[in-house]
Amino acid sequence: MKGERALRDNQDEPERRLHALLVRAQQGDADAYHRFLAELAVFVRGFLRRRMTRLPDDVEDLVQEILLAVHNQRHTYDPDQPVTAWLHAIARYKLIDLLRRRARTDVLTDSLDDVDEVLLAADEVPAGTRRDLLKLLDGLPDKQRLPIVHVKLEGLSVAETARITGLSESAVKVGIHRGLKALAALIRSQS
Amino acid sequence: MKTEQLIALLAREAEPVDRRAPVRAFALAVAVGVTAAVALIRTPLASDLLVPAYFAEPMLWVKLAFGITLALSSLWAAARLARPGVQLSIAGALPFLPLAAVWLLAAIVLATAPPGQREALIWGRTWSTCPATIALLSLPTFVGALLALRKMAPTRPMWAGAAAGALAGGVGAAVYALQCPELAAPFLAVWYVLGVAIPVMVGAVLGRYLLRW
Repeated sequence: MKGERALRDNQDEPERRLHALLVRAQQGDADAYHRFLAELAVFVRGFLRRRMTRLPDDVEDLVQEILLAVHNQRHTYDPDQPVTAWLHAIARYKLIDLLRRRARTDVLTDSLDDVDEVLLAADEVPAGTRRDLLKLLDGLPDKQRLPIVHVKLEGLSVAETARITGLSESAVKVGIHRGLKALAALIRSQS
Repeated sequence: MKTEQLIALLAREAEPVDRRAPVRAFALAVAVGVTAAVALIRTPLASDLLVPAYFAEPMLWVKLAFGITLALSSLWAAARLARPGVQLSIAGALPFLPLAAVWLLAAIVLATAPPGQREALIWGRTWSTCPATIALLSLPTFVGALLALRKMAPTRPMWAGAAAGALAGGVGAAVYALQCPELAAPFLAVWYVLGVAIPVMVGAVLGRYLLRW
């Protein structure tokens, strides 16, 4: 009994922590968001490694794709719902999508239905990626690519980027937002 | 790009998110959809409608209730399907209740009608235009609901598309009821249901392509 409760508390711990971080991230807290994504990457990596034993080289690509999806869809998280269920549904959707794209459904070795597992199987060591998101960025139109490169990768401010690119500040913001969505679509249409 | 770089990149865009946006998108879809459908039936397309005496007919209210309850329950189902990890649970069954109700009513009417009248109760006078008109009237809501869902992340795109179709079909049926001269439950059970089935099926098919993310 005691052991069971301890185990359950153990499982609830990441749920509580991630929930707090995500809710703060939804309110615009960049620090909390950074920690949320970093922790999430570790959990998702472990989750995928165990399910993609026959596609080990694709794990890190899918980790990145899921992070991008979580980012693009973070407004769909309702704080009243378990963060675990939300993350698991996204990870599962992206994993199935990948498997379908590969048309190799036989790589599915275990059940995808165990919600808790997404938080139990942590894996901190990233493997190399096969796909380079930086190269993919080249496929975006300039008004999306340049804001992402300047603001996101070089760390310039929105105002500086606007000056360099000749775009308005709101166009820079819109470009980043749309660009990240377009990037997710590009990943989808590839591979 | 390393995963760490991607995380840093994404974390820099931690603006507050608008969690109400999807609710507003659905509300807009229904408001615009109903308005556009009412505008459509007030065109010469349908001239003999909205006769005051018609509002005293109980069957008008049955038809309206069918469309409205179908639309509301499907809206709820679509809103749940739009969020990853939210269980559909009872919301998936509710849209079938209005359907079951009209079929039950139709069965009772047919069972108690004199044998010679049954055919007339089913076919009415306007069966040939009813389903297509309901489908047409559902179109504005259909487009709006799919746009609302595209802003969300349905993990079952086919079902989400079907729910959007049922929402639109319910709106189309309710608005069509305002101009439809048929007063027999069996007519409703066949032709209205067929009219609603059109957007549901189109939504399921389109959902697989348009609602992926």
